[in-house]
Amino acid sequence: MPLALIILLPLTGACLPALMQGRSSRLLASVSAIPALLSLLLLLSWLPHVMHGGEAIVQQLTWLPSLGLNVAFRLDGLGLLFALLITGIGCLILLYARYYFEGNDASARFFTLILLFMSVMLGIVLSENLLFLLVFWELTSLISFLLIGFNTDRQAARLGARMSLVITGGGGLALLGGLVLLGQAAGGYDLSTVLAAGDRIRSHEHYGLMLNLILLGAFTKSAQFPFHLWLPHAMTAPTPVSAYLHSATMVKAGLFLLARLHPALGDTPEWFHLVTLTGMLTLMVGAFVAMFMHDMKGLLAYSTVSHLGLIMLLIGLGTPMALAAALFHLVCHALFKAPLFMMAGYVDRATGTRDMRQINGMWRFMPAMMVLTGISAAAMAGLPLMSGYLSKKMLFTESLLVTAPDWAVVVIPAWVTLAALFSVAYSIRIFHNVFFNGRPINLPIWPPKGPRPAALSPIALLALATLLVGLMPEHVYSALVQPAFAAARQTLVDPYDFSTLGGSVPMIMSLAALAGGALFYAMRDPLFRLHASLPEVDAKEIFDWIMRSAIALSQRRVFQLENGSLQRYLVFIMVTVLVLVGLELLAVDRWDGGVALAPLDPLTVLAAILLCLAALGVVVFHHYRLPALLLLGVTGLFVTVTFARFSAPDLALTQLMVEVMAVVIMMLALSFLPQTSPQGSTSFRMGRDLAIAVLMGIGVTAFSFAILTRPQETISGFFLANSVPGGGGTNVVNVILVDFRGFDTLGEITVLGIAALAVFAFTRDLHLKERVVDTHPGHWVAEPHPIMLSTVARLVLPIALLVSAYIFLRGHNLPGGGFIAGLITAVALTLQYMAGGLVWAQERMLSPFRPLIGAGILIAVLTGLGSWLFGYPFLTSAHGHVSLPLIGEFELATAMLFDLGVYATVVGSTLLILANLGKLMTVAGPGKEIG
Amino acid sequence: MELLYAITLGVLTTCGVYLLLRARTFTVILGLTLLSHAVNLYLFASGRLVAGAPAIVGLTERSADPLPQALVLTAIVIGFAMTAFVVVLALKAAVELRNDHVDGENPDEDRA
Repeated sequence: MPLALIILLPLTGACLPALMQGRSSRLLASVSAIPALLSLLLLLSWLPHVMHGGEAIVQQLTWLPSLGLNVAFRLDGLGLLFALLITGIGCLILLYARYYFEGNDASARFFTLILLFMSVMLGIVLSENLLFLLVFWELTSLISFLLIGFNTDRQAARLGARMSLVITGGGGLALLGGLVLLGQAAGGYDLSTVLAAGDRIRSHEHYGLMLNLILLGAFTKSAQFPFHLWLPHAMTAPTPVSAYLHSATMVKAGLFLLARLHPALGDTPEWFHLVTLTGMLTLMVGAFVAMFMHDMKGLLAYSTVSHLGLIMLLIGLGTPMALAAALFHLVCHALFKAPLFMMAGYVDRATGTRDMRQINGMWRFMPAMMVLTGISAAAMAGLPLMSGYLSKKMLFTESLLVTAPDWAVVVIPAWVTLAALFSVAYSIRIFHNVFFNGRPINLPIWPPKGPRPAALSPIALLALATLLVGLMPEHVYSALVQPAFAAARQTLVDPYDFSTLGGSVPMIMSLAALAGGALFYAMRDPLFRLHASLPEVDAKEIFDWIMRSAIALSQRRVFQLENGSLQRYLVFIMVTVLVLVGLELLAVDRWDGGVALAPLDPLTVLAAILLCLAALGVVVFHHYRLPALLLLGVTGLFVTVTFARFSAPDLALTQLMVEVMAVVIMMLALSFLPQTSPQGSTSFRMGRDLAIAVLMGIGVTAFSFAILTRPQETISGFFLANSVPGGGGTNVVNVILVDFRGFDTLGEITVLGIAALAVFAFTRDLHLKERVVDTHPGHWVAEPHPIMLSTVARLVLPIALLVSAYIFLRGHNLPGGGFIAGLITAVALTLQYMAGGLVWAQERMLSPFRPLIGAGILIAVLTGLGSWLFGYPFLTSAHGHVSLPLIGEFELATAMLFDLGVYATVVGSTLLILANLGKLMTVAGPGKEIG
Repeated sequence: MELLYAITLGVLTTCGVYLLLRARTFTVILGLTLLSHAVNLYLFASGRLVAGAPAIVGLTERSADPLPQALVLTAIVIGFAMTAFVVVLALKAAVELRNDHVDGENPDEDRA
């Protein structure tokens, strides 16, 4: 039977109460109990197997083997013990919540969350894979956040929830680091692997770091000093939550983890010092503070902290049976602490307060509860015959067995006796103060009405369990604790001999603690006054201060990075590029790749110098925008010359046309923008930007030189060889565009069309004139169009169109083609716009530019699809020779049809952009749509 | 020749980057154009600098690498479309925000 079912039952069951919002808590509790009980029964069915020393059961499902992540579950003694506590106490909590939430309409959320919590807690204790365990671990933090903040309308609840999330979530991050290191050291994330690799892990170079991180995770979760802070503040949660999460389950997760990883990490001096000392401190701080708490739940919370410290201390101790004592006490603690919380919840509801200075003499009102709680309090105090008595004696016995280091031999027994004294005192206090100690004082609800007898059933059941453990410890031990102990030690262990507990020294320690505790409680009034006069150290203030500073710091840092200045972002990007590329470039050992350099000739040198000067001129004159734009045009022309010089006639033609169009567009734009740029930058900024720019330039020079002087490996041989036989054209560049890489070109003309449409959309509702005209008056003068230009332009148009047709037709074999022909046509038509004005041109020209773009792309796509008709892949071309009178023989390929699509798209896009920008500046204002 | 070519690319890049880092939209467009020249020339040169040998079959014995040329040709045309788009964007920003600072505000000074 799959183990996953144990987890999945409460997980899916959590949907049931969620679907029953607003129903009575009785119904909700009954529904929620079904999956919880089923899980418990499933677990119990494994009990005989585990009890008789059966092997650990591992079931796994391969998921992401490359990451070492499998869905894997493991059930052994340790997991079973915790799982039984989680489901068993969980069922009783559901029963308790049925009474606690009576008359509360919002309890469906509680039942949903508590079932979810049960499910993820089971996930922690049943995971075979450490990464999976971690996911469940974080989920418990999240769900406990929701549970602690259950009363969302109370600020204290929200703050308490946030604090617990910060501390346990932060610990979870540390744990993530630790577990990853652990998995790396062990060679796998499965527990079977990790637990078997103990020696390798302990001798690993990162053992210290790994141990610290994992302990940090466990300490935060199990509320160890100084991370215990969140636990008392989590008491703002409804009492069923406190009773479940903060006594029986979640706070035990850290202890579980350490018991689980003990064979892999434990029994080193570091382990002993860190775990034992932390446990000792927590034990004492918790016990001391608990004694002086006036809040019932606060006292219980600090006593829980103290008991967690005690168990932690035992886990670290390293004596042969210490771990057994730890697990035994863990069971006892869960059994006696949960009913005490439940009692506190009932008293709180009955009296309207949790302050023990007001709550006194409750025995009159709730005698039955007094008797039941008495059992649990006696167990906590460690009275003879109670479960706590045995576990405390086990603690004393183990503390006496410590042999090294020297300080520990004396300090630890004395320390635990003192802490036991405090624990006796606070146990007496919670019982005596609530039920006796005179009469109630100023209760908000009067008279207090005790819970009805049925509501006491969960307390009674837990008290009974406590009695049973106290009366027959051997049975409980051999059934539950011994298999868990064996699983935690990964060896066979002997049964615990309870008769050894009768030794005289532990007995003396025990009696001393009892007597001292009783005396301490008897003297409580002067002690309370003394405590009240002590300066108060509020750890919450410190925590809040840390939080505030952290938030302020991160806000400052975020603002430094992201202050809304695009210039700054660009600088960051540039510097990042410089650093990343620069580091790689510095590693290049030879800049000169060894290929012989081509000789220089004077004309080229001159052109290069002029190109550089023009570019520098753009920078120098960039405040005066018109000259800068003209120099930009010059730069573009020299780029054209460069293409021509190095055997790229197609590029040269394209660049020439584009340059003309680009300058025209920018001129148009400039007429709306300020004619000068203000001297805005400080000299520091200019220097900084210049440094970045120069470094960029040096980098580009260096790596382009390095590339140019290295031998070339190219795939172009294929294109050169197949251009004529495969594509039917001798101009390889054009054949590549329309044939070999036709699909790329199809994409590119689509982008071109989209850009043009975007320009169209933007200019459509842009009303420049009304808004910009005021900023520089006198700028808008309607000059007549020069007569010579308009006359010549009309003459040039047919010639230019003829040239473009020629260029188009020859493109397959000689420089030219759809792109270039399209641009020539566009330039020729642009000239008409410029010479005659928009209105003039508009009257004489068909201008359905958008349909033209669409038609162009459609032609190209249909040409491609055409090859499907003949059973060839998309965009396969066919070609043949055609001879026309006068023009002669030329080659006609389907690629030419494709090129026609390119031509149409280019013409349409370019003119759509130009005409719409031009429309903006007409004196008449934006007229009807163009295109 | 290669060194000269590389230095020219460096100068174009420097000018382009410096102008890109200025605070006015028009200047940024100028810088963008210079930078795209540099990029196009660089990509083109990855086919190496060959003189007098256009990639036309049968014209000369050896020929320039046609593949970078084909890629750069479309890059030039798309670059033009993008420039036009950025120009319109700048115009739109200038109209909507009533200044031509790249951040659309604080027109008199650079922001730190």
